[in-house]
Amino acid sequence: MNAFVAILRRDLLLAMRRKSEMLTALFFFMIVVSLFPLGIGPETALLRRIAPGVLWVAALLAAMLSLNRLFAADHQDGTLEQMTLSPTPLSLLVGGKVLAHWLTAGLPLVLLAPVLGLQFDLSSRALGILMLSLLLGTPLLSLIGAIGAALTLGVRGGGVLLSLLVLPLYIPALIFGAGAVEADMAGLGAGGHLSLLGALLALGVFFAPWAATAALRIALE
Amino acid sequence: MSQPLINWFKFASPASFYPLAGKLWPWFAALATAFAAAGLWISFFVAPTDFQQGEGYRIIFIHVPASWMSMFIYCVMAFWSAIGIGFNTRLSGMMSSALAPTGALFAFLSLWTGALWGKPMWGAWWVWDARLTSELILLFLYLGYIALTAAIDDPRRADKAGAIVSLVGVINVPIIYFSVKWWNTLHQGASVSMTKAPTMAATMLWGMLLMALAFWMYSIAVALYRVRAIILERERHATWVAELPEMQR
Repeated sequence: MNAFVAILRRDLLLAMRRKSEMLTALFFFMIVVSLFPLGIGPETALLRRIAPGVLWVAALLAAMLSLNRLFAADHQDGTLEQMTLSPTPLSLLVGGKVLAHWLTAGLPLVLLAPVLGLQFDLSSRALGILMLSLLLGTPLLSLIGAIGAALTLGVRGGGVLLSLLVLPLYIPALIFGAGAVEADMAGLGAGGHLSLLGALLALGVFFAPWAATAALRIALE
Repeated sequence: MSQPLINWFKFASPASFYPLAGKLWPWFAALATAFAAAGLWISFFVAPTDFQQGEGYRIIFIHVPASWMSMFIYCVMAFWSAIGIGFNTRLSGMMSSALAPTGALFAFLSLWTGALWGKPMWGAWWVWDARLTSELILLFLYLGYIALTAAIDDPRRADKAGAIVSLVGVINVPIIYFSVKWWNTLHQGASVSMTKAPTMAATMLWGMLLMALAFWMYSIAVALYRVRAIILERERHATWVAELPEMQR
């Protein structure tokens, strides 16, 4: 467990030293979300309807954008190989790295989403549900993304390939995440969607570090 | 321990599988041709015209078997991937990568024929029906697998990475299917139901089953043929390849 905390602290510290990477993904999120009203028109009723989907798709893309840095730097300077040699199980270390990725790439999106939701004239209740759905969904994005990032490590054209691999797997999170807000706005209650999102997250926490570890071992062979 | 009749592990080696695949694929190709001939004859000449859909319904004889095969092949790929990871055999990865293009082809065919059928029947090339959407995502999964294995130069690494992708994918396929299904019912957009189809005439069912068998045999034949090519390409430095009669020329 010590190693888990250590790697979490190390990755957070590294992210703090390279703030620009973190902020770039965040600004990307803001810009993509702000482009939609410009493309579609400022009609409030329409914007309110598309808001959950737009915010979720933008969060998906922003989370994917930052996946590349999850393992790449450690792979280049050989840290990753040292990690595989350490007595601590590699999946635990991978879990720490994923948690650090979520804290630096996912959590800011959760905190920023309500501000952007205001642009779309969402009610405060809908904003709350949106935050809750992102809170449950963005860790899932980091977990699934870790598998993709590990698989494309050191591969030609890794960035584009990563999106091809990861985006289809993100679809359930998108459906239940955006669906929760829409269901609540339609008066159906968001409980079911949020529960399913939580179930997916539990599944992801259990399986994804393991699969990402297997992929890392292949990449390091 | 009693000896099994056939030692299956013997064929895990590319050197012994190559001649076996060479013997088997013409048989499967012949079966595919026979089934396709019978299936097409039934579907065009024997099966009656549907009183609601007219002649246009006949596209299901291609469409439904193609959809079945696209899903089935993904499961077979995942099976070989699991074997490959479990036993660390080289041939399993080759089988997976030999199957992937055929699976992608069937997924595409199923979408394409579905669009051709949908236009006269539903009045739209595409509706966001749960089945259509999940078939599209299945095609993306196939493309992801093919793209990843093509991008990695070392074939052993490509096989192992592909194995992980297909296993992760096969866990996700049911999740994706149900999420898309619930998403569709929430939106109530295009309310088309394919499940409430009128009960099919027996001849139509026969035509469909024969076509499914034909597609199945075709997939096996093509996969065996392709795996032979992959074996030759990867083992070209091995002595047994150099000693093959077809290499003597």
